[in-house]
Amino acid sequence: MKKLFFSLLRGVFLLLSVSAFAQVDSPDALIKKMTDEVLIIVRHDKDIQNGNSKKAIELVETKVLPNFNFQHMTALAMGRDWNKATPEQKKRLTEEFKTLLVRTYSNALTGYKDQTVRFKPTKMQNGDTDVDVKTEILQPGSKPIQLDYSMEKLADGWKVYDVVVAGVSLVSNYRNTFNQEVRANGVEGLIQMIDAKNKQLEAGKK
Amino acid sequence: MKTQMTKRMFSTACAAVILSVLTGCATTADNPKDPYEGFNRAMFTVNEGIDVVVKPVAQGYDAAAPLPVKAGVGNFFGNIYDVWTAFNNFLQGKGGQGLSDVGRVLVNTTIGIGGVFDVASEMGLEKHTEDFGQTLGKWGVDDGPYFYWPLIGPRTTRDTFGWMVDSYADPVWRIDDVPLRNTLATVRFVDLRASLLPTDKIVDQAAFDKYNYIRDAYLQNRRSEINDGKAPIQGRDDTECKQSRCY
Repeated sequence: MKKLFFSLLRGVFLLLSVSAFAQVDSPDALIKKMTDEVLIIVRHDKDIQNGNSKKAIELVETKVLPNFNFQHMTALAMGRDWNKATPEQKKRLTEEFKTLLVRTYSNALTGYKDQTVRFKPTKMQNGDTDVDVKTEILQPGSKPIQLDYSMEKLADGWKVYDVVVAGVSLVSNYRNTFNQEVRANGVEGLIQMIDAKNKQLEAGKK
Repeated sequence: MKTQMTKRMFSTACAAVILSVLTGCATTADNPKDPYEGFNRAMFTVNEGIDVVVKPVAQGYDAAAPLPVKAGVGNFFGNIYDVWTAFNNFLQGKGGQGLSDVGRVLVNTTIGIGGVFDVASEMGLEKHTEDFGQTLGKWGVDDGPYFYWPLIGPRTTRDTFGWMVDSYADPVWRIDDVPLRNTLATVRFVDLRASLLPTDKIVDQAAFDKYNYIRDAYLQNRRSEINDGKAPIQGRDDTECKQSRCY
């Protein structure tokens, strides 16, 4: 009886350790890793601090981009209009929106100084496929800013599909503008609008 | 002087709203929350004009003042505001948070040398920010149409009223020594503007239409604040893309 109990126990341990190995990075661990890596580079790179956006974009593309699901982000930004787009348009929309988000995010990094990031415990249960990873940006002299990442579990691991700053979804904040453009000029008009904006940013006019 | 100016501009603005409603010149809005878009966009332009002067001052302050000074200034005014936050927390029935805020003020005013150092945060007493507009929201008052006012910027109708109560309760405006009062109010205004500088840059880059972007972000932010960060993100459920099923 005692023997059976121990072998059962050993079996449970074995199972636990196997599942621990098979498990992908947990969403909060992923965000922490990503943030830490980016911050270390930004803190040591004088070029980025002085506003070298090319270097900042490179950093975002290698460290941040692989953890994001841009297709879902684009769909979220468009709402119901997403399903009006053909598969080919969806692809172009995602590409354009991705370029815009990467630029904006990189630019935010170049303005980065004096802040630190605090990671808050993530409420998550076994089997969850959609969680919010909560962090706080601390800066001396002002109230902490909440920065949350909404994440979903896909086949190749956890991916971010929304970034929420102080309760403002950086993705759905585009919803009204995008819907308005689709209503006026169709999906093609929207693609052209984002493309024009990207070109304008590229040219460094703004 | 500034409060009078603000009040005068405010009443002028109110008159302008009534006028625009009467003449029906502001009915072109796309957003149901923003029926006075015509008026609001005009005021937005006015503020952009004012900012041509204010922004360089804020940038100068941001560049010239060392970090500890800026932190000290922010903490000092933050400590004064914590009193009002505590009061609003009690009004909203959040006694625990209110008590914590009272504790913050006691600690920071004494050990934090008049509020210059935020010792309370280091001790784990988290900073909250509550205003009367949030209290009204908590009590169930609807937010009403959105406005963009000169100087004070975006406010819903409810939050405009809340702002008036906040200003009335503001201890800085109650100081009898006029030069001191005006100096404090000016420094606070510049500090506030300076704290928004990083956001400026992002909005300039991210927005297709700055007016729309700020309005939508403001409305999202207020909804979140009133629900203490627990509001569902608007528009997330009506997309048919939950869990990547639509692509």
